[in-house]
Amino acid sequence: MSTLSQSNQKAWSLKASSRYKVLMHVLRTRAFHSKVDGFISLCFFTILLTAIYSIFNWALLDAVWLEESVDQCQAAAGACWSVIDARYKLILFGLYPYDLHWRPTLACIAIVTTIILSCLPTFWSTKRLSILWVIGFFTFFFLMRGGILGLTHVPTGQWGGLALTLFLFSSVVLLGMPMGLGLALARRSKLPVISYGVSVFIDLIRSLPLLTTLFVAAVVMPILLPDWMVGDKIWRVIIAFALFFACYQAEVFRGGFQAIHKGQFEAGDALGLSYYQILANIIMPQVFRHSLPSTINMVVVTFKETAIVIIIGFFDVLASANAAFGSALWAPYYMEVYVFVGLIYWSFIFSLSQYGVYLKKRMRIASH
Amino acid sequence: MSAIRSKKLNMKNLLIQVVFLAVVILVIAGAFSSARTNLADLGISSGFNFLERSTGWGYSFSLLETNVNDPYKWTLFSGFVNTLFLGTLTIITSTILGFLIGTARDSHNITIQAIATIFIQTFRNIPLILQLVFWYSVLIHMPSPRQAYDLFDIAYLSNRGFMIPSVNASPVFFIAFLIVLTGYWMLKNRIPELKRLPSKWFYAALFGIAVLYSLFFIDGPLLSIPELKGLRFVGGTTVPVELVTMIISTSLYGAAYIGEIVRGGLNEVPKGLVEAGNSLGLNERMVWWKIKVPMALRTIIPPLGNQWVFMMKATTVGVAIGFSDLFMLISTSITQSGQTLELIAILMGAFLLINFSLAQFVNYLNERMRLKGH
Repeated sequence: MSTLSQSNQKAWSLKASSRYKVLMHVLRTRAFHSKVDGFISLCFFTILLTAIYSIFNWALLDAVWLEESVDQCQAAAGACWSVIDARYKLILFGLYPYDLHWRPTLACIAIVTTIILSCLPTFWSTKRLSILWVIGFFTFFFLMRGGILGLTHVPTGQWGGLALTLFLFSSVVLLGMPMGLGLALARRSKLPVISYGVSVFIDLIRSLPLLTTLFVAAVVMPILLPDWMVGDKIWRVIIAFALFFACYQAEVFRGGFQAIHKGQFEAGDALGLSYYQILANIIMPQVFRHSLPSTINMVVVTFKETAIVIIIGFFDVLASANAAFGSALWAPYYMEVYVFVGLIYWSFIFSLSQYGVYLKKRMRIASH
Repeated sequence: MSAIRSKKLNMKNLLIQVVFLAVVILVIAGAFSSARTNLADLGISSGFNFLERSTGWGYSFSLLETNVNDPYKWTLFSGFVNTLFLGTLTIITSTILGFLIGTARDSHNITIQAIATIFIQTFRNIPLILQLVFWYSVLIHMPSPRQAYDLFDIAYLSNRGFMIPSVNASPVFFIAFLIVLTGYWMLKNRIPELKRLPSKWFYAALFGIAVLYSLFFIDGPLLSIPELKGLRFVGGTTVPVELVTMIISTSLYGAAYIGEIVRGGLNEVPKGLVEAGNSLGLNERMVWWKIKVPMALRTIIPPLGNQWVFMMKATTVGVAIGFSDLFMLISTSITQSGQTLELIAILMGAFLLINFSLAQFVNYLNERMRLKGH
């Protein structure tokens, strides 16, 4: 892959005639190296082309697009996007009151903007990132919930679809990040009881499936807790999910701590700085830097794992997708709905993980 | 001066730890006492006696003999076996597929590389549960058994599941047969007596035993092939839709991850080693088997072990389509019997056991793969 991209880069910086030469060179060495190689290339190329062509045909050329033309779907060879046209609001916002849909729209835009902004190096300091996320999250939260500034109150039970997925994701990351840092610090503590206790806790949570943790929070907690502490199901699940995230993130931070030389602590001590000053001014900036790629990986995984909440009865984007083809009229078009939701997830996850790859590369260059 | 100070510090540290311990104990004790009162209000007595009670409900899939009147302990054990079975199976399939994909990603041929990249980017970037419900919908929309897809007249795919040929032998004989066969393969090169014995003889003897067994102990053919009789299939084994879905989706998802791990490992192999192999006149296959894979395995195995643990845990997602793994049976038991704390403890214990054993196995592999002399 790297040789390919290198030769591609080279190709674009050259003139047209030599660009052609480079292309021929790539083809000769990487597709038609020998007779067998050429045969394989042609075979796979045909397969690839056929697949792309038939997907293109199904999704675009032969597709039916509008809700009104649903009666053509039966006869059409391609996809029936009418179901998306008719039900996209249900998929995106669930059972949120129909005439208030501008609010989750704005809220989703706000949180996506927050995610994009926090990818920019300008915001890469603990202070700025925290401020950005707190503002972004609370904008999202109050737009969704209402109850202030004359907005009608919408209880969390009515939230759903993509908006709920984004809400779960952002609150888990926002809560889990400081919790993870706390756990990592506690695990490194010199006090044996604390470090041992926290280690056992982290390893216990990490060896259980996420579904078990969430199930305990949703179903078992009401039995364990006295009545006044039970609270709303969504908050119990978010806290449990954040704990789960924090246990993994603590291990990521631990990796970051291990990359730091002991001399740095000693240097801080020699300067007469207190433990917290050393941590805040010397150690943490480096730990964050070292653990950035793995942190992004964790964030990506968390986004993917939020889909699991459908099992414990939340109306997330997958559940609302199931509801979208739940009527007799739309039942045959489950494929289109799943492709649509799959594309939503895919675009989020793909772009985030590509960003992680880019960061890794950038940091490798910077450290040389 | 400093002695007093450090003594003060010690007292402070001790105090912090005592307070921490006290808070932890208090939280646990509080949870227990409030759980006890809450459960007592519901009329549920704690303890593991319920394990002997009969459940009174059935479930979709089980490898073991089950019926509605089984006690809880048998139902839960059957769930544990299902989880282990599904986890092991998907680990094997996804590891094989993952090595194929990873090697393809490492190929010099652009078309092969492109297909592997598309595979990885598709299956890795969509949540497992979404893939699960997708494949499930596809499979339950398959034609009915009468119009089932015919795969070479020996296997059929319909909305009832996947009909495959089965061996018409008692499970004990079948398992013993497999153990002897794999034992032979594993020990062939270790024990001189076995090595001297021509492998032809061994296979002939094994075949003879199988023929004798089929002649004397079972009536009918040794291999039972599914056949359409009227509205349903007779003979063979039916793999239920839920299991097929779980195998397909978890294998593809896992293979995409393992493919990336394998590619990373193959990338780490020093170029000089490959060139050395080439200059010795080894062909590409030999270079792959004898140089690249053994070298790459050292970087591959630790993340691969993590992935295996993940896949064992991922079997719990099967509850979304009604696959009766341990988690589903535990959660059903909780709603049916109300013995919440005990059942959750069993679930945790089972997963700790599975993860611990897998970790031991990965450590063993790691130990075997270490460079000798390092």
